[in-house]
Amino acid sequence: MIAADLLVAQNIGFYLIAAIMVFGAFSVVTTRNVVHAALWLVVVLAGAAAQYILLAAEFVAVTQVLVYIGAVMVLFLFGTMLTRARIGTDSELNNKNWFMGIPVAVLLLATLIIALNDGFGDEQLPTDAPVVTTQQVSDQIFGPYLLPFWALSFVLLAATIGAIVLARRD
Amino acid sequence: MNSALIAADLAYWAQSLLRVLGGLVAVLLPAGTVVYLFLFKMMSFMQSRLGPMEAGPYGSMQLFAEVGKWLQKEDIVPANAQPEARIFKMAPLIVLASTFLLVVVVPFGPDAWFTDFEVGIFYALAVSSVSVLGILIAGWSSANKYSLLGGLRAAGQLIAYELPMVLAVIGVVIQAGTMNLQQIVVAQNAGSMFGWNGVGNPYILTQFVAFIIFMISVQAELTQTPFDMPIAESELVSGYMTEYSGFRFLIFFIGEFATAGVFAMIASVLFLGGWGVPFAWFGWTDMDSIDNWMNVAGPLILFTKMIVLVFFIMWVRFSFPRFREDQLQRFAWKILIPVSLVNIMVTAVLKVAF
Repeated sequence: MIAADLLVAQNIGFYLIAAIMVFGAFSVVTTRNVVHAALWLVVVLAGAAAQYILLAAEFVAVTQVLVYIGAVMVLFLFGTMLTRARIGTDSELNNKNWFMGIPVAVLLLATLIIALNDGFGDEQLPTDAPVVTTQQVSDQIFGPYLLPFWALSFVLLAATIGAIVLARRD
Repeated sequence: MNSALIAADLAYWAQSLLRVLGGLVAVLLPAGTVVYLFLFKMMSFMQSRLGPMEAGPYGSMQLFAEVGKWLQKEDIVPANAQPEARIFKMAPLIVLASTFLLVVVVPFGPDAWFTDFEVGIFYALAVSSVSVLGILIAGWSSANKYSLLGGLRAAGQLIAYELPMVLAVIGVVIQAGTMNLQQIVVAQNAGSMFGWNGVGNPYILTQFVAFIIFMISVQAELTQTPFDMPIAESELVSGYMTEYSGFRFLIFFIGEFATAGVFAMIASVLFLGGWGVPFAWFGWTDMDSIDNWMNVAGPLILFTKMIVLVFFIMWVRFSFPRFREDQLQRFAWKILIPVSLVNIMVTAVLKVAF
């Protein structure tokens, strides 16, 4: 049964990408160079985008690439290169409380597993599900979810203004 | 390239092989044409000289000579960059990969496309931003302060000009009602202006502001001259490319001019009607009624439009002096972005009104 499941092209793709993502995620926290960590994070985020493609969620995948790889990671690299990333030197990335991260990570994993199991259990993905088009996504955002969308925009606007106020001291 | 024919007769691996070969042609052919036609010949003409004349008739083989020269050169990693040699070597490949990812969505004819992506233009904007990563780590891993400065300048500039580019495209997307590049082509060529369909409805007429903003942003994304602060040769040697030699420099070079070509193709798809001719000329109404010969004529038409647009990009490149860094940022944030926001608003209002 498991072998039959494994031999579907999409499943092979999924496990391959998932393995790369897990390896990348481990490298993010184990590497000693801050730029290497950022580049491994790019691998993880690109893997997530690839998984969205496998789920036929094109819009989300492209948004992932545009926002996380094209903007957030570039900003990360920009900041670290301006300040503390010197070539060949290992920056002091680990502080002495690093082991406290392990229980937090385990707790998060447990919460996610329980929540997903509780929410979806043994529901099966429909094999002939219609692909959700971008038009449907936008119809939903600008229809029933307009108010949450506005609220989110205002949160982002407030954060932007706050960042500018904090950064400019003149 | 008739998709029905390929789907019926060829195995998946053969289709993929054809697509890869097609992608290589679609990236390298524009790059070669742009370099010979504009960088060698037009630039020389504007400077009252002949340009390369020895290799082949009118120097047309010069390009192959140059490529041969670059391939023979040693692939040097600077001593200080040795600890990061792997990243140093990877950086140009990321830039070129972004170009190849970009060409995938460009439609060349009714059936001649690599992929009919539903979120086409959105995807193109997303993958074009990946090249920033390559430029940043190229500048950082060179272990050279000029390179690092160039990389940081490039990142700041590319982020700043990506916004007006995205916002300019939104005007077109609103008018066409789709993000699929193939359908944007059809919407322009099947359209009509006030009942007259002699030239279809190319969006350069209705979205002229967006077109200008898009072309300015393309110029900045390519770091072509008025926006070439990142590789300013009088201050930064060659910016993030300084330490690269041999075929890695060649890859940066190809990436730059191939991206110019691909962006010009995307601009002609968005604003000039892409591969199509106005459908009314031949009595076509929609995708299905287009004659098959468009699959041969389409790429040629698109290529011609691309050459025209690259001509403008290069004309500006060879004519203007360089922006200062603060002028460059102010121009993006205080002029281009507000103008494109107004353009979106006006387009949306008119779209609802008509």
